Amino acid sequence: MSKPKVALYWCSSCGGCEEAVVDLAEGILDVVAAVDIVFWPVALDFKKSDVEAMADGEITLSLINGAIRSSEQEEMVHMLRRKSQLVIAFGSCAHMGGIPGLANLFTRQNVLDSSYHESPSTPNNEHVEPQVEYSANGHRLTLPSLWETVKTLNQVIAVDYYIPGCPPPVNIIKEALGAVLQGKLPEKGSVLAPDVPLCDECKRRESKPEQIKIDSFKRPHLAQSDPEQCLLAQGFICLGPVTRKGCGAVCVEGNMPCTGCMGPTGRVLDYGSKALSAFASLISANADDEIEKAAATIADPTGTFYRYSLPASFLHRAGHVKVTGDK
Amino acid sequence: MSTRRYTIDPITRLEGHGKIEILLNEKGDVDHAYLQVPELRGFERFAQGRPAEDMPQITSRICGVCPTAHHMASTKALDDLYKVTPPPAALKVRELVYSIFMVEDHALHFYYLGGPDFVVGPTAPKAERNILGVLGVVGLEIGKEVIGMRKQLRDLMTLIMGKVIHPVFGLPGGISKAIAPEHQKDIIKAAEHAVEFGKFSLKVLEDLLAKKPDLLKYITSDAYTHRTYYMGMVDSKNKVNFYDGSLRVVDPLGKQVALFPGKDYLAHIAEHVEPWSYVKYSYLKNIGWKGFVDGPESGIMAVAPMARLNVADGMATPVANQAYEQYLHAVGGKPVHFTLATSWARVIELIYAAERMLELANDPEIVSPNVRTIPTATPVEGIGVIEAPRGTLIHHYQTDEKGLITKANLIVATQNNSARIALSVDKAAKGAIKGGHVDDGILNLVEMAFRAYDPCHGCATHALPGQMPLRVRVLDSNRNLVREFSRE
Repeated sequence: MSKPKVALYWCSSCGGCEEAVVDLAEGILDVVAAVDIVFWPVALDFKKSDVEAMADGEITLSLINGAIRSSEQEEMVHMLRRKSQLVIAFGSCAHMGGIPGLANLFTRQNVLDSSYHESPSTPNNEHVEPQVEYSANGHRLTLPSLWETVKTLNQVIAVDYYIPGCPPPVNIIKEALGAVLQGKLPEKGSVLAPDVPLCDECKRRESKPEQIKIDSFKRPHLAQSDPEQCLLAQGFICLGPVTRKGCGAVCVEGNMPCTGCMGPTGRVLDYGSKALSAFASLISANADDEIEKAAATIADPTGTFYRYSLPASFLHRAGHVKVTGDK
Repeated sequence: MSTRRYTIDPITRLEGHGKIEILLNEKGDVDHAYLQVPELRGFERFAQGRPAEDMPQITSRICGVCPTAHHMASTKALDDLYKVTPPPAALKVRELVYSIFMVEDHALHFYYLGGPDFVVGPTAPKAERNILGVLGVVGLEIGKEVIGMRKQLRDLMTLIMGKVIHPVFGLPGGISKAIAPEHQKDIIKAAEHAVEFGKFSLKVLEDLLAKKPDLLKYITSDAYTHRTYYMGMVDSKNKVNFYDGSLRVVDPLGKQVALFPGKDYLAHIAEHVEPWSYVKYSYLKNIGWKGFVDGPESGIMAVAPMARLNVADGMATPVANQAYEQYLHAVGGKPVHFTLATSWARVIELIYAAERMLELANDPEIVSPNVRTIPTATPVEGIGVIEAPRGTLIHHYQTDEKGLITKANLIVATQNNSARIALSVDKAAKGAIKGGHVDDGILNLVEMAFRAYDPCHGCATHALPGQMPLRVRVLDSNRNLVREFSRE
């Protein structure tokens, strides 16, 4: 019997999800012994046309990372969906939009302006911008169009499972691949990671008080932290209580707060609003002006609570960003 | 004869997306080949409003292959933003972990990305031109040594930086966590292993050159040669340095034309925009943008290993310096203009990084608990420059008085190389494709021209959505699509 076929593809992403797979180290040799990798642009020379030539459903599993912002990404993920029995959204960007999803705070034109018109190192006196179609010395050259907003993978195609994390932790990847190969998958739509908050696996959990009250939040560069004590109890914005575990609380191990890349636990629909309300309830003040003063110590609420999940949230984008032109 | 267009889509064994359009004339020779980068993500824009101290973690998401480079450039920009000098131990730990990163990242390219072209062969079947093909040639034992070395180094990076993919330890004025004294022994052991690994990698390359005389011919062939300016960071003795120093620029004859601190980058570097790609093209401002041409009149430059070795007067450590001398002897002296020699220069840098790692690992101060200076200044503006594996990387931030970003400007390594990469792909296509004859191996000869640079189109398109497939499409003289090439 031929081995199951697996494809790995990236969309609007950074390559960290690819590196996370390479970080399986010798484990990657077990993977290639068990499956045929039929598409993986970072490491193998198979092309789009090789995938096009496959029958529908011929690929057992596609692991797709990255958010979706361009016509090309949309076309590629639709093709991989057709060719695949299972699609897993791999990593924070495919799962929730990820850090590139913060671009939804701005319009597409804002983004283009920053790069091509407002950069102090880019004179561009002719106001050139990349064009979807352009004739260079008589040669027709095309580029994908960029959508007005960044989308999660499941806003574009049907997704069967999710592997969270920025990037996904190696042990989570191993277990998820094992579950696929052994056919021991949970209910469709599941996130393939423990459904328990991060604090559960944090080495500092014993120092986390039953009840935490905070009168002002600290920024990590302006205060020395106690390396043994719960960061939240010290007043740092550690998102451990509202974030799914599975990474080993590595950021806290590095003496920095959790920023929430693993996303919410199963019952939470919107990570950002959940985090926002959880932190609002920590504020000790009762009078309105004192509450406002305490809240103002959170330097960037949007970027803090929606850092990896803006496209997946109920907000999806900033109010002034119109979605005309998007499919 | 019919005329055609070939499209390579996506280009492979690199970080990020891209496609190559090869346009043939009536004779079936290449009229022009374009490397296009089809994405952009917008980091400079959505940085606005974010607290500056979050930038090392946000900008590392520009690239998950070289997150340490962005994290470190950003952290250096924060030192400058808050006008704070980290304690000596913090600077040493930063350079130590940066050296570890350079070893493992250069190893990734040598064995996984670019290496297959040399080890397995440029025109080997495509199913074999990858790390698994490399293992087939060098043997599983050696393969496991390579995999094991990277794992050992990346585990150390996790220990020091919290996470290896998307580090968390950089703060203005220092780092979040000191190295516990009990780990120093392991770091020294790993560093000794890394030095041996560097020597071993050089031997792999030397054996290949000895066994395959064609290889040196490829490397020094005109199809992969461009005479351009070069830029890289040097220490006070003009030796290669990755973490700190001045930027030095030499002309196509090797003569120094600029030596400046990174904070003066705007006086020396500018970026050009083309309508057919999302990537921007850096050039030397004082020479100017003269289009896609090489030579002393054109401001196009190269960065990354070959360029760094061209601008420096040598390597600061003994084994690397010896390898440097041998390399220059073999390729005919400086400046080296052979794009494919970049892979050789990369191994020399790998050795330097390993030797530097060992020096720092043995420094008693590396485990000092004093690794933070808490900033007190009101932030206004900061610039941080570092040598990423793929070349000079610049982060420049302006903030309000609370330290929220009002403006960010990023010039990444692959942008500094992008114009020369465009030249290289065009010239390699012209050299490889004659009379309309194209096959999978020939197309890989075109891809090798960009792959030698180890480009990162994820980095290069931090500004908008990030995709890099490579397609070869052939058009007739009326620009009709005759064939979109697929490698069977």
